[in-house]
Amino acid sequence: MPLLKKNFSVLPGFGPALGFTVAYLGFVVLIPLGALAWKSFDLGWGEFLHAAFSARALASYRVSFGCALIAAVINLPMGLLIAWALVRYKFPGRRIVDALVDLPFALPTAVAGISLTTLYAPNGWLGVPLAKIGIQVAYTPIGITLAMIFIGLPFVVRNVQPVLEELDPDMEEAAASLGASRFTTIRKIVFPIALPSLLTGFSLAFARAVGEYGSIVFIAGNMPMKTEIAPLLIITELEQYNYAAATSIGMVMLAFSFVALLSINLTQWWARRQNGDT
Amino acid sequence: MATRDFTLAQREPNWVKWLVISFALGWIILVVVLPLILIFAQAFEEGGKEYLQSVFSSDTLGAFKRTAIIALIVVPLNTVFGLTAAWSIAKFDFRGKNLLLTLIDIPFSVSPVISGLVFVLLFGAQGYFGDWLFDHDIQIIFAIPGIVLATLFVTFPFVARELIPAMQAQGTEEEQAALSLGASGLQTFFKVTLPNARWALMYGILLCTARAIGEFGAVSVVSGHIRGETDTLPLHVEILYNEYNFAAAFSAATILAGFGLVSLVAKRYMEYKIRKSLAKTGV
Repeated sequence: MPLLKKNFSVLPGFGPALGFTVAYLGFVVLIPLGALAWKSFDLGWGEFLHAAFSARALASYRVSFGCALIAAVINLPMGLLIAWALVRYKFPGRRIVDALVDLPFALPTAVAGISLTTLYAPNGWLGVPLAKIGIQVAYTPIGITLAMIFIGLPFVVRNVQPVLEELDPDMEEAAASLGASRFTTIRKIVFPIALPSLLTGFSLAFARAVGEYGSIVFIAGNMPMKTEIAPLLIITELEQYNYAAATSIGMVMLAFSFVALLSINLTQWWARRQNGDT
Repeated sequence: MATRDFTLAQREPNWVKWLVISFALGWIILVVVLPLILIFAQAFEEGGKEYLQSVFSSDTLGAFKRTAIIALIVVPLNTVFGLTAAWSIAKFDFRGKNLLLTLIDIPFSVSPVISGLVFVLLFGAQGYFGDWLFDHDIQIIFAIPGIVLATLFVTFPFVARELIPAMQAQGTEEEQAALSLGASGLQTFFKVTLPNARWALMYGILLCTARAIGEFGAVSVVSGHIRGETDTLPLHVEILYNEYNFAAAFSAATILAGFGLVSLVAKRYMEYKIRKSLAKTGV
């Protein structure tokens, strides 16, 4: 069976280009990831399960996944609101706001991390007023969630924004001319069209937050069982030469990444189908 | 982005409009703008002279140099990969193309810490090649080669991801015309394909460079934090911060934040250029 589907192209260079692409992919990505899987198999089931689901590891999953879920849930309405304001309304500074949405992508995570920590530390700009009303953000799960909100925000906005831009105005006009209130039109026409892109943004933000390290580790406090995220636990185990634990927890996180990648691809496929293009 | 005038049926009452705008603006200021301002405020807290002193200290300059060297190795390699991947995926139709596309995306969804861990398992003292490397006196982990590998992994998809859709959108007619007029394959690639995709290529290189400079988690795992030897600029920021040397940490951080802001502006400009060139090809 030939690799090329049909004589689609008279262009040269298919063999060498694909050959290099696959070889490079193998060396840089697949073999290193294979090493992680292989190392987990080497441990055997007993040791793997013991290390991957120890009390401390379970607590770290709870922190990482729990905070990431809350952050993504908060980013959902706020991201939609920002995307809506950017697409539908003209206001002073709109273009600057539009550009600033990407800042969490552009700012190196360590820089975001020390900045958020200083902002919310007990003596920080926002830490002081928050302490007065009895809320401590830095070094608590609230701080972790906050850092995850920061890094997740662009995912929701940037996924919903193009869908709102391309929304066919005729549908809204039809709904309005048939007597639907503005609220009903948005709920029944606009929201269902935006939903798949919202879900894609939600899952991307969630997946990113679960694996995130740099912007969280400074504000987290890093107390085992309480404010220790799973990626940090991997590093801690590595530093104590506890390779079995680091590998097992890493394997659990990697398996989650693959499930996330698969479901994100599925939601994107669903989103494309909903919007009618192939 | 096109701001068109919306018909009456698409408008909300004015009070709703301003409420939405205030919420959106307030949230952006709280979540994004305040942390950004704080970086610069903290950096200049002890005055301009102290700021310049810590930016131009030998420690910070050394970390900057290592970061630059790593980016100069990583970005060209991933650019070559991006070009070959885009050429084969965008211009040919073959079995397993969707699988290949998904595999290229993997580093985006893997935690940066895991991106570092895998190289420790391969090349660390107890890794699969640990003994062999020790016998041959080669050090990868806790040295620059390990940082290069981890950065390669993390920034792997950026150029390919921008180039593939751009080259797909342009089709193959122009290349076929060039070939039938007697151009060689390489001539066609460098004179037709590349110029057509130049904005997408530069955009991909920009994203790849920005991430290579700013990467922290993956590099943190493999570097060993050896001051003056394996600390890149983001790691240097961490070291200073953990030593409670906040002003110096934020001063070094302004270099990284500056890069981030420049890349943000360049990104806007290139996105505009890409949209314009796509509009020209009628896609």
